[in-house]
Amino acid sequence: MLSRTASDLYWMSRYLERAENLARMLDVSYSLSLMPQDGRGDGLHELAMPLLITGTLDDYLERHGELHAERLLHFFALDAANPASIYSCLGAARASAHAVRGRITADMWENINATWLEIRGIANQGLSRYGMSRFCEWIKERSHLFRGASYGTIMRNDAFRFIRLGTFIERADNTLRLLDARYEMAGDQAEAVSDGTAHAYYQWSALLRALSSFEAYTEIYRDAPGARHVAELLLLRADVPRSLRACTEEIDQILAQLPGANGRPAQRLAAEMDARLRYTGIQEILEEGLHAWLTEFIPLVRQLGNAIHSSYLEAA
Amino acid sequence: MIRTYFDEMYDAGGQIRPHYREFARWLAETPDELLAQRRREADLLFHRAGITFTLYGDEQGTERLIPFDTIPRSIPASEWRIVERGCIQRVKALNMFLADLYHEQRIIKAGIIPAEQVLANEQYQLAMQGLDLHRDIYSHISGVDLVRDGDGTYYVLEDNLRTPSGVSYMLEDRKMMMRLFPELFAAQRIAPIDHYPNLLLDTLKSSSPIDDPSVVVLTPGRFNSAFFEHAFLAREMGVELVEGADLFVRDDKVFMRTTDGPKAVDVIYRRLDDAFLDPLAFRPDSMLGVPGLLSSYRSGNVVLANAIGTGVADDKSVYPFVTEMIRFYLDEEPILKNVPTWQCRNPSELSHVLANLPELVVKETQGSGGYGMLVGPAATTAEIDAFRERIKAKPHAYIAQPTLSLSTCPTFVENGIAPRHIDLRPFVLSGRETRVVPGGLTRVALREGSLVVNSSQGGGTKDTWVVED
Repeated sequence: MLSRTASDLYWMSRYLERAENLARMLDVSYSLSLMPQDGRGDGLHELAMPLLITGTLDDYLERHGELHAERLLHFFALDAANPASIYSCLGAARASAHAVRGRITADMWENINATWLEIRGIANQGLSRYGMSRFCEWIKERSHLFRGASYGTIMRNDAFRFIRLGTFIERADNTLRLLDARYEMAGDQAEAVSDGTAHAYYQWSALLRALSSFEAYTEIYRDAPGARHVAELLLLRADVPRSLRACTEEIDQILAQLPGANGRPAQRLAAEMDARLRYTGIQEILEEGLHAWLTEFIPLVRQLGNAIHSSYLEAA
Repeated sequence: MIRTYFDEMYDAGGQIRPHYREFARWLAETPDELLAQRRREADLLFHRAGITFTLYGDEQGTERLIPFDTIPRSIPASEWRIVERGCIQRVKALNMFLADLYHEQRIIKAGIIPAEQVLANEQYQLAMQGLDLHRDIYSHISGVDLVRDGDGTYYVLEDNLRTPSGVSYMLEDRKMMMRLFPELFAAQRIAPIDHYPNLLLDTLKSSSPIDDPSVVVLTPGRFNSAFFEHAFLAREMGVELVEGADLFVRDDKVFMRTTDGPKAVDVIYRRLDDAFLDPLAFRPDSMLGVPGLLSSYRSGNVVLANAIGTGVADDKSVYPFVTEMIRFYLDEEPILKNVPTWQCRNPSELSHVLANLPELVVKETQGSGGYGMLVGPAATTAEIDAFRERIKAKPHAYIAQPTLSLSTCPTFVENGIAPRHIDLRPFVLSGRETRVVPGGLTRVALREGSLVVNSSQGGGTKDTWVVED
């Protein structure tokens, strides 16, 4: 496959997955902002969380000065001038898909194109009229649909592999960042296992719901959500599809299936990451400190992304 | 001035022509709301499928739909067979002309076409001189633009031998009609066209001496107005769609950059003009081309379809000589007529043109896409005066033709159904044999009275049927 084609397929799915993850972030923050805020006021800090996680808070402050609920939401979700907004991600995904129309099925293309046309309509009517929760649900639904169309229609060849590779790299990065941010928000009580405070409870359950893992959590632990189990679930459980371990396992397998010898650096890195997670227990991670451990792992995912780039996407 | 138009559906007495009877019966029986609803459905489907083009000169690069009209243009099979033979004859002669021009130049020596007319033409490529091409084919994919005058006679308006586009609309229009109105296709025998991509791939493969060559489609990129078509054809043929940056030349051979390392390329169906193909040989500022491509081409290591330098044969200043070419190379009488053409470069013809501008259509010899032309009867006095000055300043850059009364076809417009002017572009494929799929692309000028059918100027398209009669 052409390296440029592979690159467009990879970024198409990365941007789509990113849009979905941004919507998930927004969803959890929006619902938490509606909770009583422990004397912290109006939920603005909670609404600013997604911007903090994605590193776009400074851009926002530069443009809008102060925190303002409606502007924050618009900037994060629908602002065409913000290259990191959900709107821009869908635009970028659609542009990549447009460039590789010939390599994806009509079902996939029509799905992603329709999504793009629709979000432009939503941007015209504004978020408050459309409804916040409805918007987040809609983004997730479009992403599910696209994945369904992909799995249901595209040939199991390298195109399929690069599409999935983009999905899991993006998802791994996102799960790490979301967990890190929530861990910080849960504050001092975070270290406590299954701590009983309402604040921590809502933090963790909102996170689990945002990552569609609440059901998995209750089934496995049958307990109120707490830092230890949540971290174990989202980092180490291979059977939870949005966990870090599930992502690295997929990436490792996909890379092993790609042809050619030039992919060795990326393959080695992925195998190392996967092995590390496979043979680590949650106790070890907590002893090192969850935040410190995550801070170390996030750059590894970026490094893997770079290795994929130089191995396949810009190869001569 | 009163003109008589030839209408495709109705004869001069207002009676429905036989090959339209089946359709007319269906149209009369189908409720208006259903038709309106199907038309909206078509719009939605085209939009969703992203069957769009980009308009040049539009800063936003907005993607637009080409309006699609649901009333087909229908041609009786007996009539089509003549058009088909005429197109094949013409393209054969044009390919022989190109081979001759880049080798012995017999036609110049015979005094049929003046040397400066072709050799001084910007489109004449010195790099092609003496280069032997497989099967002597230069224009593998040709589009022949046809119109019909008041009495229904077909005329060739121009030949397109560089990178003719529109075939994707021909195919998508048919797909849409079959989806919206399957009953029409059950009621009569309409010649199928869906095999065009197969024929195209076969033509491209047969352009190379290699067995089972590796074929790619080269596009200028997603911002090109015809990108949809490039992607469409690559997908339909199952070949790679490449941009210049995806290719490179090593040891005079062309390769593409793939995830599995370099892979050889044997045939390039290029949708990129000559000038942009190779920054080392042509425009040095071209970011779209492949450095070293021309050298590889000249070494015979890669086939370009169409060949470099075909533009000299579809230049409007060469057009008046095509009928003579047919007689010269094939020793046959031309089946299709040329439109009478005045060449402004000849002083006597120039004065005739300048004196009759309000009745004429004036075109730039190297223009295309309906840009930079004057339609006398539709122009204001000021526009005509401005054009007169442009012609006087560069007479050799213009030709003029009588304003043809293009045939009309009933078309859905805002207030119901009304006649609108149409043309026809069959696509001729030259390889092992020369072939045409039945019909072609019918373009329709949607503005009342307009004779300009180009999509860039507000034209639409219709499905084109060849109906057994």
